[in-house]
Amino acid sequence: MIDLPPYPPLDPSNYDLIIVGTGVSESVLAAAASSSGSSVLHLDPNPFYGSHFASLSLPDLTSFLHSNSVSPPPLPPSNNHDFISVDLVNRSLYSSVEISSFESEILEEHSRRFNVDLCGPRVVFCADESINLMLKSGANNYVEFKSIDASFVGDSSGELRNVPDSRAAIFKDKSLTLLEKNQLMKFFKLVQSHLASSTENDDTTTVKISEEDMESPFVDFLTKMRLPPKIKSIILYAIAMLDYDQDNMETCRHILKTKEGIDRMALYIISMGRFSNALGALIYPIYGQGELPQAFCRRAAVKGCIYVLRMPITALLLDKETGGYKGVRLASGQEIFSQKLILDPCVTVGLESLSSLTDQQNETLSVLVPKALINKEKVARGICVIRGSVKADVSNALIVYPPKSLFPEQLTAIRVMQLGSGLAVCPADMHVLYLSTLCDNDDQGIKSLLSAMSNLIRLPDPENHQSDSVVENDTCEAKPILLWRALYVQEPVKGEYGGTISSMPSPDGNLNYNEIVESALKLYEQLMGSEELFKEETSVENTTEENDGGVDIED
Amino acid sequence: MHGRPRKASKPEEEAASAAKAVKLRSLQSQFMTNHHDKIYTNEAIELSTKLLEINPEAYTAWNYRKLAVEDCLSRIESDPNLVNSILDEELRVVESALRQNFKSYGAWHHRKWVLSKGHSSIGDELKLLDKFQRLDSRNFHAWNYRRFVVELTNRSEQDELHYTDDMINNNFSNYSAWHNRSVLLSSLLAQNADGFMPNERIPDEYDLVHSAIFTDPDDQSGWFYHLWLLDQTLNVETPLLTSSWPSHGSTVSLSGAGCLNGSSSKFTTFCSESGSFPLILYFDQAVGGVSSSTVTTDSELKGNGDLVWEPISYKNSQVSCVWVTHLKYVSSDPCEYKVKIRVGNSPGIVSSRGHNFSAPYEFVFTAHVHDTVKDSQEGIVSWTDGFDIWDAKSKDLNSLITLDQLEAEIDFKWRQEAIDSEVECFGILSDSKIGKLTLARLLMAREAMVSDDAVKGVRYEEILQLYNDLMALDSSHYQYYKDEHSVAFLHKVTSSSESLSRHLFRYRGMNNLVCLRLNNLSLSRIASVEKLLFVQMLDLSHNELHSTEGLEAMQLLSCLNLSHNRIRSFSALDSLRHVKQLKVLDVSHNHIGKHSVDTTRYLCSSPLSNSEWSPDDVGRQNPGLVTKYWDAYFVLRDLNLKQLDIAGNEISGNEFSSFVLQIVPKLVWLDGQKLGN
Repeated sequence: MIDLPPYPPLDPSNYDLIIVGTGVSESVLAAAASSSGSSVLHLDPNPFYGSHFASLSLPDLTSFLHSNSVSPPPLPPSNNHDFISVDLVNRSLYSSVEISSFESEILEEHSRRFNVDLCGPRVVFCADESINLMLKSGANNYVEFKSIDASFVGDSSGELRNVPDSRAAIFKDKSLTLLEKNQLMKFFKLVQSHLASSTENDDTTTVKISEEDMESPFVDFLTKMRLPPKIKSIILYAIAMLDYDQDNMETCRHILKTKEGIDRMALYIISMGRFSNALGALIYPIYGQGELPQAFCRRAAVKGCIYVLRMPITALLLDKETGGYKGVRLASGQEIFSQKLILDPCVTVGLESLSSLTDQQNETLSVLVPKALINKEKVARGICVIRGSVKADVSNALIVYPPKSLFPEQLTAIRVMQLGSGLAVCPADMHVLYLSTLCDNDDQGIKSLLSAMSNLIRLPDPENHQSDSVVENDTCEAKPILLWRALYVQEPVKGEYGGTISSMPSPDGNLNYNEIVESALKLYEQLMGSEELFKEETSVENTTEENDGGVDIED
Repeated sequence: MHGRPRKASKPEEEAASAAKAVKLRSLQSQFMTNHHDKIYTNEAIELSTKLLEINPEAYTAWNYRKLAVEDCLSRIESDPNLVNSILDEELRVVESALRQNFKSYGAWHHRKWVLSKGHSSIGDELKLLDKFQRLDSRNFHAWNYRRFVVELTNRSEQDELHYTDDMINNNFSNYSAWHNRSVLLSSLLAQNADGFMPNERIPDEYDLVHSAIFTDPDDQSGWFYHLWLLDQTLNVETPLLTSSWPSHGSTVSLSGAGCLNGSSSKFTTFCSESGSFPLILYFDQAVGGVSSSTVTTDSELKGNGDLVWEPISYKNSQVSCVWVTHLKYVSSDPCEYKVKIRVGNSPGIVSSRGHNFSAPYEFVFTAHVHDTVKDSQEGIVSWTDGFDIWDAKSKDLNSLITLDQLEAEIDFKWRQEAIDSEVECFGILSDSKIGKLTLARLLMAREAMVSDDAVKGVRYEEILQLYNDLMALDSSHYQYYKDEHSVAFLHKVTSSSESLSRHLFRYRGMNNLVCLRLNNLSLSRIASVEKLLFVQMLDLSHNELHSTEGLEAMQLLSCLNLSHNRIRSFSALDSLRHVKQLKVLDVSHNHIGKHSVDTTRYLCSSPLSNSEWSPDDVGRQNPGLVTKYWDAYFVLRDLNLKQLDIAGNEISGNEFSSFVLQIVPKLVWLDGQKLGN
């Protein structure tokens, strides 16, 4: 941002839409708007695509987390044209950032071979809305996926148990009793039968869950179905992917209704069978999550969207008389005009500059005013680079620690995802471990993450560094060793539609993109009217590559 | 492949298929001409290739290709390269035909034919199969072919077993995989291969199939395998002697025709005009080879040097569970005689599955011969009075609840343990029909194995309740459950001398005959006959019996009441032809004659059309009546009845009565009327 190479002035200087930030929702909108014929300018202050959804090398990730936690000093407002110019401020999304490296030499040697996600752990469900959108837009031509091999539930004992999420998995599971197998499969069948009855309107043969049950809490419904606690926990936290302890009415922010629970199970169940060469419900893009926004950006570029990276905007331009939005001033000094503007969640207006504006101008900028957080909920995230794997013979895996499974005060589920070199996210023989949990404050979140980490991996002991292979006792011998670690707490920002100026959401604490994509689709509808998103694109190249373990997400 | 709904074809698809049919028809007629004229040129063969690629079901074309290959091979002599190239081309054609339809019998068969020529490499066959079996994992053609290839390549059965592991883990709804597993295991168990001892391996298999059954009780494949396992558990290969009459240590009172001198308290009294009594051996499975050399008799009774053993079987087969011989005695020579029987003294008794009777068994009984005083009486036998209650404390019965040779089996313990754990396991799955049925079967098996008197018979009530539930739940299989219920009930009755004695009486009218009354119990099937060999008078009235199958083993039976049952024809009484002592038969109030076609023998409407039958006097005199009442004719003429009741059947009437008198001239009582000579 400091030594910007001189940019040639952009031509044209007038657009239908300017989008700042290349996160998933911004990129989806860019692709959708350009394919519907709008002229779009897509800017990003960073030298990479993806914003808060990017996948970066370790040094880039480190510097991104640090730079974003400090706001740049506000520039003095200038007023030299027909417009009022309002200077923008970069708001910090990350707090409690702590990065430690234990084996710097090795990591430096391989530093460019890492593609580490900022928004991890995150996966795509095969039946997910984001997949539908990729297929519809043609963005699927630019990403390749691989399956997550396994999914586990962990507890304080350190044992990882398979999530019995399919008929075959229940059959193979060694830890379930025969009765539990029976109960679990019966419940899956009930859900499937309910889903079938709601799609086929065939009331005669299929069993449907009653309306009354659908409105009751999901956890109560599971109890009613006589499922034992162990199975309830698997369904709630490892299949429906809930965060809060559903058995604790005081601390639970969101008691899930049966209706929503069934929807979440449906997503999982349908995902299991959607692509024949996928191993399970979950897939992950090769080279990291950053590939997803990039794929939409490429699609947008094909449709005429103009891209400029390393280009922050420094000010908004408002009409002197009406106070309405006119355009933006780029860091290069050029002024660009558009009908509408969509901004990255970090971009806000400094409070001091607001005080000097008229009501009308304030109205225009309303979405950019930082609001007091109603919901204190934050996402604590952790990234570990480890040598070895948390489970023998498994490279890519999801691990869920349900509430209270690690320590009694654990209020929320902790999700951990291990990814390996097969996904081109790290060098061979290493794995990247992502952790996340919801929390009210930084300390609480970090504490949970550290607890999960110590359950899975071994911290290098700086004093006995040489002898660690000698003094091991049996229990920790199998645990992988930590090479590098980042801990940070991310503030979730909701997107907001504000007429001419809208802001986009930051990554949420969910495992998938569903809510993010949904809000992007909603915003698109508000921006463009009810115009259909991505009129069915015909995929140009329909050839499937040779099977290399990748998942073909073609319909 | 499975569970996919068929879609109605669109008009354009129908047009395409019509065009295809036209093309196919012309190809076909050209091909037939070639075939007819034995033209095996390259062009002609190419034509058959085209035909088969479109329609792999054209088996004539496969046969033509076999002829063509033979023709080519005979012309090129033995250039190995040429032979290989010809056969490889055949394999290629088969492969592309299978891609078109991999359920084509002709194509798979052709492939086998080519491979059995022995020139082609079979290394790639398993790879090809893996590809097909991935597409359709249950396809039995592929599994069949797999077994063929495995045999050719000498791949180990253990490896194949692992393959079924993988297939079952992938999707356990795979009958073919479970089936192949049972085939492989049967062979490995039979060889006693390392790690395949039944007592270790079968419990592991139970664990595996439990996972399938409990995960999805609605899927049948696991249940089928479970049934096979259960059979492996229960099936003791070597045949065993279940019971005999007379039994070990018993005393039999024998006399000539008529009544004994004074009332005897001895358990079984047997009167015979012919001066002989039956000796019955009852085995747990059908055996052959019972003869005077395999069963030796050491008897003080004279004139029993070379005994003739006969199998009591339906279809003149030489194997049976029941074998009978007759021992002679002289009633004018009253004395006590010891008889010692040794079964399996020398090898030769072999089960129908080919296993030898290997546990020789010896038993001794005493024959007490009395002299006869009174003349035989010809009074009518009444089923309503003249019965004395059995003395429950009588020890006589203990000598009749006969040997259980099962305990002699060496690896009996693991079987018992396996069944015990199965019973426990399925107790929690008994909310489904198949779950209830399995539990009932397991409990029955369990009861058959229990030898401890303290727990013997305690679960029969549960079994009966399960079958009652099933009858209510599943009306389409009502009769099956009903039959099983009857079997269980009879097992219960015969499970102890105490429960059996509740049904036992003595009939004053005929030498205190032992009478078993099982009337009014809604029985539909007869069972546990091996424990009832001593019974001479049997009341089965007011039940739901369709047939007398099983009673043939009761060689002492002289009076039988079958009134008020569901007997539909005389051929349902066929088994009684073996019961030579039968004098009194009541089949009144049944359905005989109601149904013109005998459903038990629908394949052959009348045995008169069979060459077996040679007409006797009655047949010659009354061919019309014999044709009309052929079923009665064949049964009654072999019986020595003195008393018969047939009233209350469709068939009864003057015409039938007079016909009966012709074929049973010795009959004294018919429908309660004494017949004037």
